[in-house]
Amino acid sequence: MQDYLVRRLLEIIPVFFAVTAIVFFMLYLMPGDPAQLLAGSDASIEDIQAIREELGLDKPLVTQYFIYMKNLLRGDMGKSIRTGRPALREIADRYPNTLLLAAGSLVVMIVIGLITGILSAVKQGSWLDNASMVVALFGVSVPNFWLGLMLMLLFSVHLGIFPTTGTGTFKHLILPSLTLGTNATAVVARLTRSSMLEVIRQDYVRTARAKGLSEVKIILLHAFRNALIPVVTIVCLRAGVMLGGAVLVETVFAWPGVGWLMIDAIGARDYPVVRGCILIVAISFVIINLIADLLYGLIDPRISYK
Amino acid sequence: MKSPSRGTLLEIRNLKTYFYTEQGIAHAVDNVSLKIQEGETLGIVGESGCGKSVTALSIMRLIAEPPGKIVEGEIIFGERGDLTKLTQSEMRKIRGNKISMIFQEPMTSLNPVFRIGFQISESIRTHQQVSKKEAVNRSIEMLKMVGIPSPEKRIKDYPHQLSGGMRQRVMIAMALCCNPKLMLADEPTTALDVTIQAQILNLMNKLKERVGTAIMLITHNLGVIAEMAQTVCVMYAGVIVETADVQTLFKKASHPYTIGLLTSIPRVDRTAGTKERLNTIKGIVPSLLNLPVGCKFSNRCPHVHEPCKIWEPPLAPIATHSDRAHLSRCWLHHQPPKQ
Amino acid sequence: MKKNASKSSAWHESFRILVRNRLAKTGLIVIALYLFTALIAPFFVPYDPLQLNLPNTLQPPSSAHFFGTDEFGRDIFSRIIVGARISLFIGVGAVLIALFFGTLLGTVAGYFGGRVDSIIMRIMDIQLSFPGIVMAILIVTILGPGLINVLIAVGMHSIPMFARMVRGSVLSVKENEFVLAARSLGANDLRIILKHVLPNCMSPMIVLVTLRIGTAIVTAAGLSFLGLGAQPPMPEWGAMLASGRTYLRTAFWIATIPGLAIMTVVFGFNLFGDGLRDALDPRMKS
Repeated sequence: MQDYLVRRLLEIIPVFFAVTAIVFFMLYLMPGDPAQLLAGSDASIEDIQAIREELGLDKPLVTQYFIYMKNLLRGDMGKSIRTGRPALREIADRYPNTLLLAAGSLVVMIVIGLITGILSAVKQGSWLDNASMVVALFGVSVPNFWLGLMLMLLFSVHLGIFPTTGTGTFKHLILPSLTLGTNATAVVARLTRSSMLEVIRQDYVRTARAKGLSEVKIILLHAFRNALIPVVTIVCLRAGVMLGGAVLVETVFAWPGVGWLMIDAIGARDYPVVRGCILIVAISFVIINLIADLLYGLIDPRISYK
Repeated sequence: MKSPSRGTLLEIRNLKTYFYTEQGIAHAVDNVSLKIQEGETLGIVGESGCGKSVTALSIMRLIAEPPGKIVEGEIIFGERGDLTKLTQSEMRKIRGNKISMIFQEPMTSLNPVFRIGFQISESIRTHQQVSKKEAVNRSIEMLKMVGIPSPEKRIKDYPHQLSGGMRQRVMIAMALCCNPKLMLADEPTTALDVTIQAQILNLMNKLKERVGTAIMLITHNLGVIAEMAQTVCVMYAGVIVETADVQTLFKKASHPYTIGLLTSIPRVDRTAGTKERLNTIKGIVPSLLNLPVGCKFSNRCPHVHEPCKIWEPPLAPIATHSDRAHLSRCWLHHQPPKQ
Repeated sequence: MKKNASKSSAWHESFRILVRNRLAKTGLIVIALYLFTALIAPFFVPYDPLQLNLPNTLQPPSSAHFFGTDEFGRDIFSRIIVGARISLFIGVGAVLIALFFGTLLGTVAGYFGGRVDSIIMRIMDIQLSFPGIVMAILIVTILGPGLINVLIAVGMHSIPMFARMVRGSVLSVKENEFVLAARSLGANDLRIILKHVLPNCMSPMIVLVTLRIGTAIVTAAGLSFLGLGAQPPMPEWGAMLASGRTYLRTAFWIATIPGLAIMTVVFGFNLFGDGLRDALDPRMKS
């Protein structure tokens, strides 16, 4: 188990470098002078020159990358053109909000998705099963930004149960979490169902029955534990995709997270912040994938106990 | 209340288990009657699809309710009475406890995500009120009994870390851990290497003597039957066609199907050096959805005559044999009804 | 000859399963309606979708305007119809890009193997390190906003999936054919592979294409919603949703209807894709 962990961690390192390289390089693919882009359209000639020297923008590309990485590891991502504060501070201020939103959606996805999937599989062919799967298909198809607006329309504008935008209380979290979690919940429900259906047919479930175990134990312990294996991977991957979807949901609900910041910054041409946001989101995604791999190894002993 | 005959552990009377499918009704078990004595090994032999597994699953009441159904018959087990009349909840107290079952595929019959010690202890703790520690100790004992070395270490292993033969031993340990009165073994060695087969069969015999369990051994392999069984039932297309003790079966087989099976075994001393062709039974097994009228073997039998195609013969003692325990389902051995 | 006969009977079997599947048929009907709307209907719109009509702004749905009017008085019904054409263009365009480049990369990776394979797969993995929208945002940031750029971005997003699929197919074909044709001439290898790779992975490919068109449409709409895609006054569904957001309280139909359109279309593709997957499943397993 230990070496599985270590192996995976080592594999992350080149990916980390590749991601930072891409984010570093994107500036050069854009039209215009990188120094100008980083300084802002209102910057004076001296400011632009200062940045050019600071980041070594007249030096060869590889040197620039090293300077960039050196700064990065120190936590320096440049200054926000709009506010003048360090880009990292802007992002760090908002990161917890995005995490909170992601956590809320994760809860929705896991609780509703798993339960629906298990019930549908156990009662295969019943009206519950058919209805759930049709609803799940809608859930997979619905655009989350539209769903957010509709939920807002119904619950905030007309029924007044939840606040429309902003953050602060638990009530503020509900609509955004539901919105962000819907796609993933539907995917998890469908996958759990098909995974359970396949597992229930397996020989070892028949053995468990022959041992005289209760049906509940067979379904929730013997079957589910095995059905969980592909589901766990997907849950983690969807958690990562949700980071992307958070961009849309945060914008709809004016939720002060990294996603909304990213979009705002693009509109304002605040490129240091844009770069920083993309980097943070990508790194978070990579870490989530790593966790997914590790969980997978934990859950399936065939992987780690070679 | 119906009671079994003296010394009989399990008696099946006129069991019919059908499967209702889109293509029709499959008569998987179509009037099977047999008896297992306490402590004996009953062999059930027949080709694939003849209903032997379904018979065992019917005893355990593990037939999936749609599409299957025990349509008729009684399965009398000791003091528990007719198993077909028990609820699933009552059956759960018997499964793994008084009657247990092992299956053909040891590679896939154990749950891959739980350690084998846990899987054995689980059986014990389900049926007996013992502490966790006691269950673990008993599991180690069972592993020792089935011949797995270093059992204290092995209980922490996962199934994929064991070979096929070892896994089957674990299955046997799991099946015997609560001292059942009857163990159903459905093709337990078919999926194993020949050398391992012999080991497992030996083990089963040894344990049988030690624990006193009766065994219902299902197989298509006559050699295994010869080694292990005391009594044999030959099944074909959902019915038993011949029942006899093992010596009688091999020496004085009477039903044409049984004779066909026995003669189709290639024999080194007979065919070697000669140009003799292998004997086969002509024709193929009928589909369970579409069985012939009358005797089910009639379309392949070399001795078929008129009554065979109209009435199904009863499974009854052969008129000309003194051994009343030797039963056959064939009009050669009984008087068909008059027209 | 026999091989071909069994192949076509397998297709027949799949076709029969598909036809019997009611949900899949519903999906197909939705797709057909969508195609009709996108391709034919724009010639018959009741109003010019770009025509401003300032006295008539924010009208609720009526007999004159089936879906009402937006904040500039434009007829929403007409805009939805023309928007269908735009989203179809993006959806199909993006998938075609993914299909083309994915197949190219997958074939090269599978055929040459070794370092080339590792490098290409590494690049795919790295691309997958960015969540979909973020990657699209990255590309749009570099290229600038606009519909074509969104098409490129969304297309690039799906390339790894197709590449992986084709590569797997190439590898399994390589295993088959080369063992038998150990003495083949160098020039023939590629042709043999290409001839057999396509049929080998056609079933999962068809399913993937169907499902990805739906995904592409939603992703593109999302980007336009964020202002990074279609620019006004284009009647793209996502952009319409964005402008409708301001009027959520007063004129909810501006935002509701385009979203319904998106959802319905994606639903249709998913439904049909699911049905295809079920029908082709036994073939995919073989």
